[in-house]
Amino acid sequence: MIDLKAKSAAHGMFPLRLGALSADEAASRPIFSIAPFKGSKVDAALVKALGIGLPDAGASTRKGDVEILWVGRGQYFLIGAAAPKLPAAVTDQSDAWCSVRLAGEEAGAVMARLCPVQLDQLQEGQVVRSLVGHMSAIIVKRSGGFEVMVFRAFAKTLADELRAAMVSVNAQAALPD
Amino acid sequence: MRLDNKGLIDRSERRSFTFNGNSYAGFKGDTLASTLLANDIHLVGRSFKYHRPRGLMSDGTQDPNGLVELHQGDQITPNLRLTGQELVNGLDIRSQNHLGSLEWDLLEVNDLLSPFLSAGFYYKTFMWPKAFWEKIYEPVIRRAAGLGRLSMAQNSDRYDKAFAFCDVLVVGSGPAGIMAALTAAKAGAQVILAEEDFEFGGRLNSETFEVDDMPAHLWARDQIAKLAEMDNVRLMKRTTVTGAYDGGTYGAVERVSHHVSQAGGAPLETFWRIVAKGCVYAAGAMERPIAFQNNDRPGVMMASAVRGYLNRYGVAAGKRVALFGNNDDAFRTARDLSEAGVHIVAYVDSRADAEISGNFPIYKGAHVTNVKGRKLVEGVTISGVGDIMADCLGVSGGYNPTVHLPCHMNGRPQWNEKIAAFIPVPNMVQGMEVAGAAGGSFSTKACLKSGIFRAKEVLKTLGLDARAPNCPNAQDEPTRISPLWAVPGKGRAWLDFQNDVTVKDVKLAAQENFKSVEHMKRYTTQGMAPDQGKSSNVNALAVLADATGRGISETGTTTFRPPYTPIAIAALGGTGQGMGFAPQRFTTSDPESRKLGAPMVEAGLWYRPSYFPKDGETHWRQSCDREVAMVRSSVGIADVSTLGKIDIQGPDAGAFLDFLYINTFSTLRPGMVRYGIMLREDGHVMDDGTTACIAENHYVMTTTTAAAAQVMRHLEFVSQCLRPDLDVQFISITEAWAQFAIAGPKSRDLLAQVLDNAPNLPFMGCAEVSIGGVTARLFRISFSGEHAYELAVPARFGESLFKGLLDHAEGLDGGAYGMEALNVMRIEKGFLTHSEIHGRVTAGDVGMGMMMSQKKDFIGKTAAMRSGLNENREELVGLKPVGAVKELNAGAFFFELDDAPLRQNQQGYTTSVGFSPMLGMIGLGFLKNGRARHGEVLKLVDHLHDVTTRVEICHPVFLDPQGSKARD
Repeated sequence: MIDLKAKSAAHGMFPLRLGALSADEAASRPIFSIAPFKGSKVDAALVKALGIGLPDAGASTRKGDVEILWVGRGQYFLIGAAAPKLPAAVTDQSDAWCSVRLAGEEAGAVMARLCPVQLDQLQEGQVVRSLVGHMSAIIVKRSGGFEVMVFRAFAKTLADELRAAMVSVNAQAALPD
Repeated sequence: MRLDNKGLIDRSERRSFTFNGNSYAGFKGDTLASTLLANDIHLVGRSFKYHRPRGLMSDGTQDPNGLVELHQGDQITPNLRLTGQELVNGLDIRSQNHLGSLEWDLLEVNDLLSPFLSAGFYYKTFMWPKAFWEKIYEPVIRRAAGLGRLSMAQNSDRYDKAFAFCDVLVVGSGPAGIMAALTAAKAGAQVILAEEDFEFGGRLNSETFEVDDMPAHLWARDQIAKLAEMDNVRLMKRTTVTGAYDGGTYGAVERVSHHVSQAGGAPLETFWRIVAKGCVYAAGAMERPIAFQNNDRPGVMMASAVRGYLNRYGVAAGKRVALFGNNDDAFRTARDLSEAGVHIVAYVDSRADAEISGNFPIYKGAHVTNVKGRKLVEGVTISGVGDIMADCLGVSGGYNPTVHLPCHMNGRPQWNEKIAAFIPVPNMVQGMEVAGAAGGSFSTKACLKSGIFRAKEVLKTLGLDARAPNCPNAQDEPTRISPLWAVPGKGRAWLDFQNDVTVKDVKLAAQENFKSVEHMKRYTTQGMAPDQGKSSNVNALAVLADATGRGISETGTTTFRPPYTPIAIAALGGTGQGMGFAPQRFTTSDPESRKLGAPMVEAGLWYRPSYFPKDGETHWRQSCDREVAMVRSSVGIADVSTLGKIDIQGPDAGAFLDFLYINTFSTLRPGMVRYGIMLREDGHVMDDGTTACIAENHYVMTTTTAAAAQVMRHLEFVSQCLRPDLDVQFISITEAWAQFAIAGPKSRDLLAQVLDNAPNLPFMGCAEVSIGGVTARLFRISFSGEHAYELAVPARFGESLFKGLLDHAEGLDGGAYGMEALNVMRIEKGFLTHSEIHGRVTAGDVGMGMMMSQKKDFIGKTAAMRSGLNENREELVGLKPVGAVKELNAGAFFFELDDAPLRQNQQGYTTSVGFSPMLGMIGLGFLKNGRARHGEVLKLVDHLHDVTTRVEICHPVFLDPQGSKARD
């Protein structure tokens, strides 16, 4: 017998606080990928089971703590609930990602140093697949900032790069004109 | 010399810096250049080739002479521009490009040798004797060449890279830029206003005229304040837009903390990539010199610079100033100097009909033909007049619109006779409109108007309604100029001050038939220095046009390429230096492996333990040998989570796999695993691995660590482009699972201890299992040749499982093993890694040709049938040393015993070698027709390490060829 103990992806790396900027590892929650098979009625099944359907590209749907993110071509992440039985390929991705919430007025300036995509016009809940530094990432616009998801094994690099950009942005705010 | 009551500097804040060890004081708002001039320092550097003394020539980014080194601790930043660097307390600035002191530069001997060092000298001289080039000429030239030095210490400055987006990018904040930004901002566009200087306003800060009945610089300040209040405007000063690229992308360097002594975590510079839907380019114009004898002496400056230093910094560049021009603008300098009480000794206008008058001596229709003095102007010679004492000479040959960015996409500017200058033509850069002086509109009123108009043009393309602001009042004098490039006469007249190119050099180029402007440039090196010929290009090509009897328009310009001003490589690299170069991937067992003292090796972006040293082991081989013996006799644990895992599901998943792999997978039953090989379309092996069928129409594919991303990309390509008909979905689950190999004869015992209910799996079987209630996946596969399993748990439990497995393994005399032992064991078994499937081998080459299904199509099948991929191939073999020398090195080449170890005799090469505790040194390699040559003795030569070993060729599987250990 082995008594298995869970450890989060970025255990001990967060929170980060710099001036008004903060970065925290998101609490562990179930994440299931959903990739509908051809011609299947996944949307209806989801609405029936969870009350929310599949979002458009670049968007998400949400009900309470459960949300569905668009994360790529024909691919969605159901977050916060177990996947119901669906005519789709479903995998458990709960352990595959390191999710960090970046917040603060200058969160956009931090992301501008890490991500080549325009994020400042995003509405809450909008999703972008892009890079954070050299890492492939899922970026979700959240109230007051962003949620950044990278592969679990990249947790340390994400923390390093976020910290470096936060230090830079924070220090620049203090520079004389 | 500093004047009272002049300039925009803040006299309440004194600052000082050192130049070559001497301290100089100035004020907040000064540049290093204005501080030096205020302290009557004119000699600031030495020229590149002849080491002639040189002084400040301009007050802007184009200055060819004021390049210096900034010393900070062990760091040296070379080629810092005195005209662009703000005065910061304590800066340690040193002049560059001299041997000995700046005052007494030993290499000035080159100037005496100048008759022998004209253009083309290198090409003609260093041709022979041939052997001298590498040993003598090149080292000597190298020593003398280059501007500035690097400290050779690791760069310790931080540089950022960042991205910005806008509707309208306005480049330059002079009158045109300000009006363009206001127009665009009022229309609701997202605007970025980029200004190279540390003050917005451009030339308005350096002139005395008025805009809307206000001093120009105050008007500019007001407008910038208005813009600053608007949410849709981003003001970026100290930001040079350096290049125009495809799709409305612009590069820009922001000098973030050059203006402070303590950056406090801020980067030195940020390299911006700005994506703009439209651009108003309002970068202004640069005054150009006139060539005449000794026109490079310190104290000879651009007339606009003399005026700029006076008006912006309150600095008189001389006490007795002479001026020489061919246009009306130069006369403004005379007026401003005169009003400030500076003594004007002569105003020389090359135009006999110039309409100018003043209370100082004016010589119309005359030229300055020579300058007296060496380290500072002592006097000027005026044609028809003679010598006049002066300590400063302001020169104006007219203005060149700054056409660089509009030309960055290979557009060519057009010659405009009326203003004697090249101007951009429309649509050279898509989405860019050129406004103001950059477009050839030189009067302030014309600039203001053009800023509004060009912004409106950009807004039109964006579908935004522009309610144009009113155009402010300003002076609107026409441009009056009569071209003058070089004053005829004796002596060396300088064109390119940075690269020491004279009028004579350009004429020599023409004479030697380097008549194209591009050839002239390369023959003379004109325009090739860090300033890229900002002050010299037009003059040089005009001289060339004259020498070749062609017009300037016909002669044309050289190619303008980014960057507009030099960019530190570190700025382009941004945060990519050091560990920022690549992200790191860590397995869940990483902290535990390091705790056990395992040195980590990189495998792609992953870090994996290479071995786990035990007390008393002093060499990696001891650990490796022990770990191999441990796995072969009891049980070993290795983290194999880095292997790619792809979840594949769908009604057509089996068909999809059949199309990907050379062998068949659709027949694989749930609960079973199969080894497969996939080819690229060219018939060569791309990757290998196992795929498990975990349920009907549900597979988990395993890839090698190295090729995980490549295989994923391949699957996407195949699914989206080649077989969109198949109903299949796949996603990476590499990171979802932490997976551990449990290998060795006692592996089954270990599993019985740790699993809630250990299944009796057949070889190549798989099953869902549980550990303390946690669902896990178990595969009975082996990469060691032993009875072995791989156990996968959700990654959050990875570290915990690793620790637990080690505890249990130790109870069975087992433990952890690393990459070294793993590699030895797979070589013993002849298993492949990307050392073998390196991209140039076929399935046949690695002995898997029989796996290629005849019954179905698969990627690479047709290409693999090519005769070239089937005949006289280098085939996978094993090898072992049989002579006195036992050393084997991967990458060494096979030769027949009697053949000389030359390229044409090579028979193949080794790919992997290792020391097997049981078998001694063994290796894998590829040998011509190798499968038919088992038993042959060959010579293995490692040319790099100069090692020759006699080896016997054998079957690539050294251990348990029947595979009974893994199967039983």
